[in-house]
Amino acid sequence: MSEITLTLSRRRVDRPAVIDAGAPSGHTGPGHALRGMQELHEGEQAAIVRVCDGSDAACARRLFDLGFAPGASVVKVRRAPFGGPAVYRIADYEIALRPEQARTILVGTESSEPVQPGAYATRSFAA
Amino acid sequence: MGSPNSGKSTLFNALSGLHAKTGNYPGVTVTRYEGLTQTPAGPVIVEDLPGAYSLDPISPDEQVVDEVLDPDCDRPTSPDAVLATVDATTLRRSLGLIAQVLTIGLPTTVVVTFTDELARRHGRLDLVALERALGVPVRGIAAGDPRAVGELREHLTHARHWPRPVIPPPTDPDEVSGWISSVLASAGYRVPDLDTRSQKIDAVLLHPVWGTIVFFVTMFLFFQVIFTVAAPLQDLVQSFFDWLAGLVQTYVPDSWLTGLLSQGIIGGVGSVLVFLPQIALLFIVISLLEGTGYMSRAAFLMDRVMARAGLEGRAFVALLSSLACAIPGIMATRSLPSAKDRLATMLSAPLMTCSARLPVYVMLISLMVPADVRFGPIGAQGGVMFLLYLGGAIASMGTAWFFSRVTGRRQGQLPFYMEMPPYRLPRLATVFHAVWDACAAFLRKMTTIILGATIVLWLLLNLPTPSAAQLQQAGIDPADSGAVATYTLDHSAAGAIGHAIEPVFEPLGFDWRINIGVISSLSARETFVATMGQVAAASDPENPGTALETMTVDHGPRAGEKLFTPPVVGSLMVFFMFALQCIATMAVMRRETGTWKWPLIAWVYMFGLAWVMSFLTHLVLGAVL
Repeated sequence: MSEITLTLSRRRVDRPAVIDAGAPSGHTGPGHALRGMQELHEGEQAAIVRVCDGSDAACARRLFDLGFAPGASVVKVRRAPFGGPAVYRIADYEIALRPEQARTILVGTESSEPVQPGAYATRSFAA
Repeated sequence: MGSPNSGKSTLFNALSGLHAKTGNYPGVTVTRYEGLTQTPAGPVIVEDLPGAYSLDPISPDEQVVDEVLDPDCDRPTSPDAVLATVDATTLRRSLGLIAQVLTIGLPTTVVVTFTDELARRHGRLDLVALERALGVPVRGIAAGDPRAVGELREHLTHARHWPRPVIPPPTDPDEVSGWISSVLASAGYRVPDLDTRSQKIDAVLLHPVWGTIVFFVTMFLFFQVIFTVAAPLQDLVQSFFDWLAGLVQTYVPDSWLTGLLSQGIIGGVGSVLVFLPQIALLFIVISLLEGTGYMSRAAFLMDRVMARAGLEGRAFVALLSSLACAIPGIMATRSLPSAKDRLATMLSAPLMTCSARLPVYVMLISLMVPADVRFGPIGAQGGVMFLLYLGGAIASMGTAWFFSRVTGRRQGQLPFYMEMPPYRLPRLATVFHAVWDACAAFLRKMTTIILGATIVLWLLLNLPTPSAAQLQQAGIDPADSGAVATYTLDHSAAGAIGHAIEPVFEPLGFDWRINIGVISSLSARETFVATMGQVAAASDPENPGTALETMTVDHGPRAGEKLFTPPVVGSLMVFFMFALQCIATMAVMRRETGTWKWPLIAWVYMFGLAWVMSFLTHLVLGAVL
C-alpha cells in the first residue's frame, strides 16, 4: 500500500459541515431535524450535513470521494421501483445509491427552499 | 488514469492507435492495456489504467491503480509521468481524485475531456487559469479532435520536465472541499446546464412502467441479435472448417494423421471457433449499450432483483454476458467493487446457459421430443429449451445467493454506487477495441487450452489403433469404416475410462459410451455432440441423432433396451445444465481469483449439484413416463 493510500485511509470524514467560512462549527449537532438522504422526495433539494462513518468508515470515505461532502447540495432525481436504489445529483453529476447507503448521509433543508416549521434551517448554504 | 466514464480509454485508443497489447499484472487479476505512441522524441509507452474514483481503493481495479502509481514501488511498471483525465462536465467531482493524484508527486498533466459537451451545455472553463490554479499542465480535448491528440503527443516528449505544484493539494477532507472550490473559482468554472436530453430519456427509460418495458424489449432484441443474427455467420464458419477437413482428407495420405488433422484438430477447433461470431456480436451489443450509457440504467433497474440474490445491479451485466459464454461473464466481474460480489458472481456465471450448451440441448431435445408436438402456439421443443434456460438462470441466482451468504460473513458491507453518465453516442473506435480485445482473448484461449484438450481427447478416443490382425480376429471388415470406428472406440483408452467410471454415472442411466461423451465435453461442452457422433459411428457426425435413437444398451441388466430413453435424455440435459464441463472457464476463474481453490470448489460443487439433480430427474421421469 502506498503512502498516499495510507494517508487517505486514515481520513475522518464524519465531521459536521462547516457552513460559513469563519463561523464556528459544531452548530449542527443532534436536536436539529436532520434526515437520512433516502427520505428526500423526488426532486427535493437539500444540503449534506454529515456523512456518518460509524457503521463503515471505508464506505463513508468513498461516499465523500464521490462528492457527498458536508456542505454540498444534493437533489434526489428519481428512484427505482419497489424500494430499489435512487439517483441523486451531487457535484454536478448523477449517481445511484441504495437506501442503505443513502441513510448514512444526513441532510438538512437548504435555506433557499421554503423553510418548513421545525425543519433544519439555521444557516445559509449559499456558496 | 481517471475515473470511469471520463473518456480515458478513448484517449488511450487515440494515442496508441491499434498497437495496444494486453497483459496481466502479477498477482492482481486485472487486464492491463499498454500501447506505443510515436512522439517527436521517439516512442513512448502509454498504459490505460482501470477507472478509479479514488486512490483509497475498494475494488481490485482501484487497487491496481494505487499500486502502479505508488512512487516508492520500484518495478518496471512504475510510470515516469501521469496523464489524468477529467470530464469537464463533472469537474467538481473529478477534482477530488486530481487532488489525490497530485499528492503523489509524479509529473502530471490533467487532460480535460468532453470540452465540446461543456460548451454545448453552456458551461465555461478557462483552461489556462485551471493550469495556474493546479500548478500542473492542463490540456483540453474534445471528442474526436485529432489536432489536440497530436499536441498532447508532442507534450509527452518532455514529461520529465512538466511543472509540478509548489504546494501539493491537501488530503484532509475539510481542506480538500475548500481546495476544490477555490480551484473551480479561479478557473472561472461555470457549471454546465442540466443535460435536458439525458433527463428526458431517463424520464422514459427509468420510468417504473415504460422503463421496465423498454428493458425487456432490449433484452429480447439482445437475444435475437446473439442467436438469430449470429446463426448464418456460424454456419459460414462451420462450412469453412468442413471444407478444410475435406481438403485434408483428400490430400493427406490416408493414415491416423488424417484423422488427427481433420477430426481432432480441425473438427475440434472448428466446433469451438463457431462461437466466434456470437462472441463478437455479444461484445458489439454490450459495448454499444455501455457506450450509450444504457448499461448503467439496466443495472440500476435490476439492482433490486439482484439484491435478492445478494448481488448488485452490475452483476447483472456479468450474468447477461454469461449467456453467450461464461468467460466474458467472469471477466466482466472486474467492475464489481466488492470482492464478495465478484466471487459469488464468478461462481454463479457458469450456470447461466451459455451458447456451448446449445448444440448439446438441441441434440438431446430432438432425441426426446418429436418436432411436431405442440402446446397451442408453442412448440414442445422450444418449450423444453426455454425451461432449460430458465432452470440455468434460477440455479445461477440460487448459487449467487448461497455463496454471497457464505463468503459475505467475513467481509464488511461495501457501498453500491453507480454513476449515471449522460446518454452519448458510442464511439466506433471504442466499440471496435472492445470487440477486438474479446475476440483476441477468445482466440488465444482457443490456441492453447482447447486445442491441447482436443488433441489429447482425439488420441484417447483413437489409440491404440487396432491392427488388421485384431480386426480380422474380431470379424470386422477393415473396409467398413463404421465398424472399425466402433471397434477402435470400444478398445480405446477413452473406452477404458468410460467403462471405469460407469459406477459413478450408472445411477443417472448413462452407459460407458455416454460417459466418454461426458468426459470429452470437459474440454468444451459442444464436443459432446461430435463425440456422440463418433461413438454412434454415424455416417454424419454432425447429425448423430438418427443413429443415436437406435442405439441399445450393450451389456448389464438392461442389455438390448433402447439407450436413449426419455429418463436418460432428461437426466443428461439436467447434467449439462449444472455441471461445470468447461476447462476454459476453470482456467479463467483461476486467473481471476489467483488460486486453483475457487475453480476446484466450483467444479466439485457443480458436479455434485448436477449429479443429484440428474439422479432426481432420472428417478422422476422414470416413474412418470
